[in-house]
Amino acid sequence: MELLQFPRAGEKIFHEVLENGLNVFVFPKPEFQKSYAFFATRYGGMDTRFCLNGQWQDTPAGIAHYLEHKMFDTQEGNALQDLAANGASPNAFTSNAITGYYFECTEKFEENLKILLSFVSVPWFTPESVAKEQGIIGQEIGMIEDDPNWQVYQNLTKAMYHTHPIRTSVAGTVESISHITDKTLYDCHKAFYDPANMVLCAAGDLDLETVCAAAREILPKTPGPIADRDYGGQEPEQVSRNQIEISMEVSTPIFQLGFKGDAPAQGEAGLRQSLLGELACEALLGTSSPLYARLYREGLINKSFYYDYETEPGCSFLCAGGESRDPEAVRAAVLEESERLVREGVDCKLWERIKKGCYGNRMRSLNSFENLCVTQAQSFFREERFLDFPQIYESLTVQDVQGLLERWVVPSRTALSIVRPKGGETA
Amino acid sequence: MQTTRRELAPGVNLRCVHTNKFKSAYLSVTMMLPLEAEQASLNALLPYVLRRGTRKHPDLEALSAALDELYGGAIEPMVRKRGETQCVGLVAGFLDDKYALDGRPILEPAAALVGEILLNPFTRDGVFCPEYTAGERANLIDRIRSQINDKRTYAVQRLTQEMCRYENFGVDRLGDETSAAAITPESLWARYQELLAQAEFEVYYCGCAQPERVEQALRQALAPLLAREPGELLYADCEIRTNAVEVNTVEESMDVTQGKLAMGFRTGGNAVWEEDYPALLLCNAVFGGTTLSKLFLNVREKLSLCYYASSMLEKMKGVILVSSGIEFDKYQEARDEILHQLEEIRQGRIEDWELEGARRTVISGYRSYLDNQGQLEDFWLGQAAAGLDTEIEELTSRLEGVTASQVAAAAQKLELDTVYFLKGVEG
Repeated sequence: MELLQFPRAGEKIFHEVLENGLNVFVFPKPEFQKSYAFFATRYGGMDTRFCLNGQWQDTPAGIAHYLEHKMFDTQEGNALQDLAANGASPNAFTSNAITGYYFECTEKFEENLKILLSFVSVPWFTPESVAKEQGIIGQEIGMIEDDPNWQVYQNLTKAMYHTHPIRTSVAGTVESISHITDKTLYDCHKAFYDPANMVLCAAGDLDLETVCAAAREILPKTPGPIADRDYGGQEPEQVSRNQIEISMEVSTPIFQLGFKGDAPAQGEAGLRQSLLGELACEALLGTSSPLYARLYREGLINKSFYYDYETEPGCSFLCAGGESRDPEAVRAAVLEESERLVREGVDCKLWERIKKGCYGNRMRSLNSFENLCVTQAQSFFREERFLDFPQIYESLTVQDVQGLLERWVVPSRTALSIVRPKGGETA
Repeated sequence: MQTTRRELAPGVNLRCVHTNKFKSAYLSVTMMLPLEAEQASLNALLPYVLRRGTRKHPDLEALSAALDELYGGAIEPMVRKRGETQCVGLVAGFLDDKYALDGRPILEPAAALVGEILLNPFTRDGVFCPEYTAGERANLIDRIRSQINDKRTYAVQRLTQEMCRYENFGVDRLGDETSAAAITPESLWARYQELLAQAEFEVYYCGCAQPERVEQALRQALAPLLAREPGELLYADCEIRTNAVEVNTVEESMDVTQGKLAMGFRTGGNAVWEEDYPALLLCNAVFGGTTLSKLFLNVREKLSLCYYASSMLEKMKGVILVSSGIEFDKYQEARDEILHQLEEIRQGRIEDWELEGARRTVISGYRSYLDNQGQLEDFWLGQAAAGLDTEIEELTSRLEGVTASQVAAAAQKLELDTVYFLKGVEG
């Protein structure tokens, strides 16, 4: 057992590596009513091509998400119901890089944890149940394809990347999922749901021994082989296309602007790049930046405006989006402002302020068990210690941010995705 | 955790939740207004215009800079609807004092900034600045129009409008586009003066500061409001219609790939103040409130009639709203099945695991509010709107005693009032 202490973030974590290779992290939270557990595998929408035991396999787009849906089936019935019967709120998500299963409860934590560990580690598929799910997931795909915010994001990734699998929708398409069989699902489970490829994080009025004892009881005793994956060839620095547009039933144009970044390194360098990426967003288009105030004043953006630094294995980018009457004008203004910041430098007072702001926001986000556990799981896969952020902020300089803007926020690395209203713009 | 409520002045009450378990403090100031078609847009616009600038911080840039100095604190306009009360105000989140990097307190300057935004706005010629009013009016209209983008909430909103077109509950929390478009700096200013004189204010704090210190900080921050002339206050009521007259069916077409079916029921007069309200809460949970519910397990999982199907209870209004996403040609089948599931509850065909699962889920949901500052604030705001002081523990203990026959009795009183179906464009 290891105790990880983060006094500046006001957190501590108990950590253990089990005999089967599973890493377990527990955040002790004695004053809280609820407990939370998050069990995740390093396997997501991006991992369609992999090698297990010397054999390369290509699987259909959307299979990780499909597998997530089917994991709740057990030989006895459905794990969702078992957890819900204890008053726990279970759910799961599949992102580009990970699939995570979790529950929150105020009673019977140990029992709920065993249910979670059991349904995620013991697959149970039949040809009939797999076929039936095609209808449900097909509906889900139909629903997200109706969502303009999803479309605008998905198209942005297609515009920015040439080959990187982030271009593929996590849910796949109705066509791609039609090729999924119970056999492919078993293969993917075997390749990626091994304890050595997974992590278990929990928060609440809990102790590490209880959590580890449940994991030892339910999960395989020894580690299995870990699959290699293929994320396509080397991505060029430039975007694939500068602009991509579609029309849908929306009231105002919706846009997302992306600036292609460098592939993040594992470990502290990756965390530094994340914090720096966030600060670059704040300096360039954050709510206290000169550009934001101007765009808002001119009615080019509204309250729906958002911006973020995003990162997945092998790729990272800055993005900003929302509703705008004139997305091209927003792009031109952002590029111009970045050039100005590189030329004239970021204002020192602004820099000190946004560092304070980002620090406070990160600190406040630690209130959420879900955020603590999910971020810890992601950090573990990236070999980062995310709770070291107070120290890392101190080491970042204004030159670091200017350097990042100079390299990333340039026309050749910029892509714009737009969803326009059908039949022309409304007044 | 210790909750107190005290009167700061007639019509201005402070609820204080003292706890050390969060890394942040939560503060809100809300006007509790009668929801009325004529005033709803004016009321809804107000906090957005106030949030644009104050005498001391005249624009967004200056306000954002002040917030960044407070470690990325957030002060956001918030417009909510609780029964027929329109709750309009500001919610704020700040870093807890103990994580301040320079050791200076955050609560007092944070409360002062909230008070400044609410009571000391940036003006031009004695009224709101025309530019801010026009900008936020356009944003409000965009926000009203963009409700159509999310078809799931849109369908429920249209259902509510149709079902309650002769009741104030049919008014949207943001009002309507026509009255929003008619707002001028003068008309908004006049409304602002009326509200400062006549609105009831609910002030809320949750964090580690002692109630005395919080009261002191807020007395200072809200001094001009607390000194107002005593007079008659606006009173928000809630009309409850016990019965449906006849079933009204509304169909609309749009270019969508998935249909939405929404159904509204009257609860026969049962609402949050009634003795048998806990039975209604569980009735809704058994019907469609959880992943263990009859709608989820039967209509979605077993019969695959829809992608999602759930129900929610409007606790002050005495209305249950069912929401589902379906294939267009499944309309009749899905509608029949939803009613069939309700009939099962009326007949008392409720399995033990269904009732216990619903009970555990609802109780667990309430308990976990205690762990989330935003949810806890929202709970207390709802209690304030209803004029109730009941604590969460008391509610959960009442839920423990509900029997299956009480749930069936609550279901027997439900009457279908309106059906709304959103289908695709034919041909």
